[in-house]
Amino acid sequence: MLIAAALSALLALAVLGVAAGAEMWRHRLVYLCCMIASLTLLAGGAKHLGQTPGTGPAIILPIGLPWMAAHFRLDNLSALFMVVVNLATAAASAYGIGYCSHLPEPRRVTPFFPLFLFGMNAVLIADDAFMFLVAWEFMSLSSWLLVLADHKNAENRHAAFVYLVMACFGTFCLLTCFGLMAGGEGAYSFPAMRAAKLDGVAGFLVVLLALLGAGSKAGLVPLHAWLPLAHPAAPSHVSALMSGVMTKVALYGLIRILFDLHGHVPWAWGAVMMVIGGITAVMGVLYAILQDDLKKLLAYSTVENIGVVVIGLGLAIAFKGSGEKTLAALALVAGLYHIVNHSIFKTLWFLSAGAVITATGERDLGKLGGLAKRMPWNGVAALIGAIAISALPPLNGFVSEWLIFQSLFKGPSLPHWAMKFGVPVVGAMLALAAALAAACFVRAYGIAFLGRPRSKAAAEAHQVPASMRWTVALLAGLCVVLGAIPVTITDALSHVVTPLTGVQFAVSADLGWPWLSPVSSTRGSYSGTVLVMTGAGLCVITLLLVHGFGTTRVRRADAWDCGHKESIPQSQYTGQSFAQPLRRVFCASIFAARESVDMPDPGDNRPAELKVRVIDPIWVGLYAGIGRVVDFIADLVNRIQYLTVRRYLLMMFGTLVLMLLVVAVRQSQ
Amino acid sequence: MSAIVWQLLQIILVVAVSPLITGWVRLVKSRLNGRIGASAFQPYRDIYRLLQKEAVVAHSASWVFRAAPYVTFGSVWLAACIVPAFTTNLFLAQAADLIALVALLGVARFWTALAGMDVGTSFGGLGASREMMIASLAEPAMLMVTFSLSLISGTTAPAQIIAFVLSGGVGIEVSLGLALAALVMVAIAENGRIPIDNPATHLELTMVHEAMVLEYSGRHLALMEGASMVRLTLFMALIGGLFAPWGMAQPGDGAVAVLVGLGAFLAKCFILATALGVFETSIAKMRVFRYADFLGGALLLGLLATIFLYVSEAV
Repeated sequence: MLIAAALSALLALAVLGVAAGAEMWRHRLVYLCCMIASLTLLAGGAKHLGQTPGTGPAIILPIGLPWMAAHFRLDNLSALFMVVVNLATAAASAYGIGYCSHLPEPRRVTPFFPLFLFGMNAVLIADDAFMFLVAWEFMSLSSWLLVLADHKNAENRHAAFVYLVMACFGTFCLLTCFGLMAGGEGAYSFPAMRAAKLDGVAGFLVVLLALLGAGSKAGLVPLHAWLPLAHPAAPSHVSALMSGVMTKVALYGLIRILFDLHGHVPWAWGAVMMVIGGITAVMGVLYAILQDDLKKLLAYSTVENIGVVVIGLGLAIAFKGSGEKTLAALALVAGLYHIVNHSIFKTLWFLSAGAVITATGERDLGKLGGLAKRMPWNGVAALIGAIAISALPPLNGFVSEWLIFQSLFKGPSLPHWAMKFGVPVVGAMLALAAALAAACFVRAYGIAFLGRPRSKAAAEAHQVPASMRWTVALLAGLCVVLGAIPVTITDALSHVVTPLTGVQFAVSADLGWPWLSPVSSTRGSYSGTVLVMTGAGLCVITLLLVHGFGTTRVRRADAWDCGHKESIPQSQYTGQSFAQPLRRVFCASIFAARESVDMPDPGDNRPAELKVRVIDPIWVGLYAGIGRVVDFIADLVNRIQYLTVRRYLLMMFGTLVLMLLVVAVRQSQ
Repeated sequence: MSAIVWQLLQIILVVAVSPLITGWVRLVKSRLNGRIGASAFQPYRDIYRLLQKEAVVAHSASWVFRAAPYVTFGSVWLAACIVPAFTTNLFLAQAADLIALVALLGVARFWTALAGMDVGTSFGGLGASREMMIASLAEPAMLMVTFSLSLISGTTAPAQIIAFVLSGGVGIEVSLGLALAALVMVAIAENGRIPIDNPATHLELTMVHEAMVLEYSGRHLALMEGASMVRLTLFMALIGGLFAPWGMAQPGDGAVAVLVGLGAFLAKCFILATALGVFETSIAKMRVFRYADFLGGALLLGLLATIFLYVSEAV
């Protein structure tokens, strides 16, 4: 009931947003109401998550298609995602209260923001395919409008176009996927799909189409191309939601179809998903390392994290398909944990990027620097986010990667040779992605927040409004909490996976709170709680010992720098120079990265230039190719536009004859 | 109860002996170079001297620069407390496994790299960028070693792996050899030893680790140096413990067994430190972009170690 009220409130807010006009306080009010609605939905989801049994009552509304009412239902999986989504939306709405006045055109953002929230939440509670797709489109189109908010920029228009094409492709795949599951009778409600048995070919196509449809929204390589264009183009609090939670809603769709509606996915699909996930993770982070635009870097990092989650999901399918239900539950818990974590730290980083843009007007790493001193709140929060996203203990990112590694290490216990040889390779990819993510965020944080300011704007950066500081601080706090009490989280998640894997499972069964011991007490365990306390204790002891034995005197002086005194900030390392070793090692073959030096002849006054060429293999190889084919076909079809009336009539007649023939053949069978 | 006592002993031990081990490596190297060299106890005096000096902090440095030495030292220290040195009966043995160990070393590296970039000098950025490149290959290699060890022994906890090896559960395996080779290569890279990095270098352009800590002085420098020393001890305990665990005390053993374990630990460190000194003297440093070949090799060795397990199973 509460959820329904909150959702209708969001729809009403969209109308109010249109009426907000130029008065800033009205925009603020809309965001404030959005925050309250989000918190209500968050509470609704959390309350449901605590209950057993897991499935709420079905709500049937007489809207939608004439012969079919709209079905809604809240179960454990949707409740978990409702918590994930609304945590981030609440933060983004609160952030919006302060941020909306810094937007170039707030009136193009405020009305669509509540619609976007509504769409994401409606996907989660839909209980039939029709409502699911309508809500999905609501989510896609409202976010598309938000991408277009700053439509005067040609780059944004291009991004919005690519996004629209990919969103259409994704919905088309999902539509066909649901159509196959509904079968000939058109049983579009989820309970009917669950009960239906899929034959071989249909089962295969359903998984493939689900991967294409949800994968394109989530950003799986090679369907990720729209994501790094569209996510940065939107205003930062919307980018945070697109990257932090809209990709999670896509993963929700994937989990719903593969684990719940289809239910009997063969293990080989799990192996395929693991490989796709591994490639996505490595490619995503390599792209991220090459970016100079802060928001683009974050968008590519989302691609990486989606890959990590999909490795976990693929592993769960492989285990489930082979009958290893407990291990499947472990892998699924690991994947869901990473979903929760990523939604928090990615929202945190996008909101921090928004604060950086507000304070300096720059999002190019080459023009930032030294912000940790000028924006202390955001500096600390972004650092915590960077540690979490780099999967370092004791924060939350590490716990989920640890769980994924633990379940991955059990992969070779499966009897299939493909898994025995494939799992170590995927493990190496995951490890590589984790290590590169740390490099990527040392680069992002080190260049943007540390060092000396590289431009006047960065040197004159100022604090941002309170609502923009509090939200990032709160999210940073959540990163710490979710890392320090991992067992509490995994226990909640195990309620979610029980109906999906058919097994009662607790990650801490063997040792109890606060020890994570996924397989048994002797097979490797981790306790964030103990580690945090010991580590903090050791750091304090170090501090006391050093100050006790030595002096506490500090003198401020100029940087030593081996005696080279450099006053110009341009002598510092930049994003490009930091990336150079990694680019040479990893990107020389994948991205055909080359450097060339243009050195003028002696006596020539023009400046020397260092050029870097990076070719995106997927855009150039895949998308540009498809574009050429489409152009070619369009040219061919173009001729049809210039025919005479006689020929058009002939074509209509031909089509009619053909269709009658089809009917005749079908009736004679 | 005894687990807590031995844990406390290990916490003190790793910090107490680390300067001696580093001093011994330096002594071996200087003797091999034909110099008399400083006493093996010199690092203790160096650290004491640094602690007495005032710390100079650049105007452009933020709080990250001042916090980093404590966090770096603390996390390396914590990591060293997890690796069983003389007994597997440790309180923290269950709190973290090898994956967490790799990540704890990652924490230290993360903060050191940020500290290198904080002052805003070109050398700091150079060191940080190269260090992250090295780590991006060394970390996966070490996780692959963990993977193969966990496949052999069924666990990722170092204490349990050691117990498994000591119980005679494993013979001579090709995979173990490959894993050892990979781990040694990772240890060289993580500790910034020749041929990857030179801890005694004075030429800025060849520095990696030293370039990141270039701006540190006084007690901050003492902590950064101390962290390097503890890290070296940690890797010696890890290699000695996982691949030659003989002498290690087990849960239920008395004080005598622990004393034997202590003796065995010191003997292993002595042997490994001497070997390191000889190795470093007999090899030249690599060019920066050859690191990728070296560490990529370590990663492949780790991967091969897991694959060879099935091959040897199938044969």
